[in-house]
Amino acid sequence: MEENKKYTVSVYTENNIGILNRLSAIFLKRHINIESMTVSKSEIENVHRFTFVVIVTEIQIKKVVGQLEKQIEVIGAFYHTEDEIIYQETAMFKLSNEYLYDENIQSKLKFRRAQIVTITERWFVIEASGLKEDIDNMYEKLKPYGLLQFVRSGRIAITRPKMAISELLIEN
Amino acid sequence: METLKKEIKTEKLIKKTKISGAEAVIKCLLEEGVDLVYGYPGGAIMPVYDELFKYKSQLHHVLTRHEQGATHAAQGFARVTGKTGVVFATSGPGATNIVTGIADAQIDSTPLVCITGQVSSHLLGSDAFQETDIVGISTPVTKWNYQITKASEIPEILAKAFYIAKSGRPGPVLVDITKDAQFEEVDFSYKKCEKIRSYKAVPKLDFEKIQEAANLINSAKKPFIVWGQGVILGKSEKEFKDFIEKTDIPSASTVLGLSALETKHRLNVGMVGMHGNYAPNVLTNECDVLIAIGMRFDDRVTGNLNTYAKQAKIIHFEIDPSEIDKNVKTDVAVLGNVKETLTEILKFVDKGNHKNWLNEFTKLYQIEYETIIKNQFNPSKNGLTMGEVINKINKETKGDAIIVSDVGQHQMFACRYADFITTRSNVTSGGLGTMGFALPAAIGAKMGQPNREVIAVIGDGGYQMTIQELGTILQTNVAVKIVVLNNSFLGMVRQWQELFFDKRYASTIMTNPDFVKIAEGYGIEANRVESRGDLNSAIQKMVASKSSYFLEVVIEKEDNIFPMIPTGASVSDIRLS
Repeated sequence: MEENKKYTVSVYTENNIGILNRLSAIFLKRHINIESMTVSKSEIENVHRFTFVVIVTEIQIKKVVGQLEKQIEVIGAFYHTEDEIIYQETAMFKLSNEYLYDENIQSKLKFRRAQIVTITERWFVIEASGLKEDIDNMYEKLKPYGLLQFVRSGRIAITRPKMAISELLIEN
Repeated sequence: METLKKEIKTEKLIKKTKISGAEAVIKCLLEEGVDLVYGYPGGAIMPVYDELFKYKSQLHHVLTRHEQGATHAAQGFARVTGKTGVVFATSGPGATNIVTGIADAQIDSTPLVCITGQVSSHLLGSDAFQETDIVGISTPVTKWNYQITKASEIPEILAKAFYIAKSGRPGPVLVDITKDAQFEEVDFSYKKCEKIRSYKAVPKLDFEKIQEAANLINSAKKPFIVWGQGVILGKSEKEFKDFIEKTDIPSASTVLGLSALETKHRLNVGMVGMHGNYAPNVLTNECDVLIAIGMRFDDRVTGNLNTYAKQAKIIHFEIDPSEIDKNVKTDVAVLGNVKETLTEILKFVDKGNHKNWLNEFTKLYQIEYETIIKNQFNPSKNGLTMGEVINKINKETKGDAIIVSDVGQHQMFACRYADFITTRSNVTSGGLGTMGFALPAAIGAKMGQPNREVIAVIGDGGYQMTIQELGTILQTNVAVKIVVLNNSFLGMVRQWQELFFDKRYASTIMTNPDFVKIAEGYGIEANRVESRGDLNSAIQKMVASKSSYFLEVVIEKEDNIFPMIPTGASVSDIRLS
């Protein structure tokens, strides 16, 4: 049995209603849990980019990508291993103002690229970006202060190798 | 400024007229050459039906008795003609009723365009009367689907729908149109869709792969071909025959590939798969090069993948890249329409001679003939067998009938024993195994090929799943011949219960109505045969009839279909009894 690994899947699609449903159905059909998902515009006008993270075998991910690619409105689908991408996630933590000047918190903010983005009379919000592990780490440290809210985005990733989407569009 | 002038010129050339969205739908169909639609009206698609009334001289609508029947009829039509089948249904239950047919068309690569009415756009998502999210529901079983909420989208989307349904690997497309979009006025102009930037219908030919495949084939001592429906869908029957005749390679069909090559061709070694022929199944595990052409290694074909053709190099001719390595790892994948790839490879393959290898197939056929086929055609028991009925049909139709089979034992008997001499003559629900498929599909098949004999072979179970379509036959006078092989059992499930569940016949015994009276109630001439002596003349009478005809043949109750590859077993462990 081949072992499960974490794969990031990039899917470039036309910007139409219902594509999310069509793509997620392909994971559902094979009983694969989507660990995280992000949709945004891409470097090409009117082309959207989906980033999925799944934990499966390489044989499985190849088949899934083949079926994603087959969908009419998918321009290109690719899968990447962890070492082929630069990736990160963003998180926000909402805390009570009583900790705003807490030295411990201040020192934790020195963590890579964390910053306070909003302060009101009662609460403030810290935003942090990084690897999932970094954010997990930050979460553990801030948890004792009583997190009023916590949210984390799905993974976004840029690949080291080229993804020739523009070429695909011209070719077709 | 030069460019601007040109643009103005083209604008003038395209004639524009303001019409309703509903009329635009009809005009789009006419532009696509559609003259036959299957469907069922209802609230949300009434504007389209109203236009249909005006256009009835150009666009013929067949009112089926259930929306599922409309989809299967459209499938039958598409399968025998190679054209795209068109279905109309209303929103809500109308739309959900077509899902089975769509799923069937998806898995069997049948081109369909299904147009559903939808509640008005301002009501979307409000749980309005007869509202259902058919786009959401049909997503996993359509090649493409789309919801139109503005009349202006109709021409472009329908053009896309027809292009997608038919091009590349065909499949069903659903277009859902809100009622307000059907009423809204639109400047109508139509342009056929010829490409979609995100969709590659046919992969580019790779000449290196063709050469590689040719080299493998030329060096093979025991090459073996398994072909599928891709040969028919690619309209490449001739190229396929040229290829096998030049290379002299024994060839076997999948269920859906049947009739692409005449049954009696000297290189046709039968059918592979769970109830296929003994020789091609056993020798799959002895060939040195397995050449798969337009087929997808379905589990009913391969049995246990871990023991499937492990000794062989695999060449896969396929139009859909996602099928490559999906089930069976290939050594050489030749992507493209088989019409093109077979034309190319024919230039590079040597003239072959595989007489000894072919003899091995003949030897195993003899074993199958002695243990199974002989008893089917000339049974020693009193009870009639399904095999002998199919054999008699062959004789009376000289193998030139379109055989539309349902799902179950009778289907496997029909596929195993029907003689085909013309392509597109085997219409059956292969991938989905949809009971109830045959009666409506036969109606569509007869309408698609009115000059050919169309015989629906159905079990007593499946017949009652869409029996209401007798009403469609009554109303349209379509001359479909119906043979119900009645063993008063859900035969295939009963066989599995006998073999694998210690004969615990849970819910497989059928108490059936008087089928002859039912057919007669619908104005269809009907007959019942219970003994061997009457079979010949009954089938003769049925075939001679110029109108629709119903024949019930009472079959031996507990007959089994053999050979059989039990689930999870290897193809070479096929059982003869």
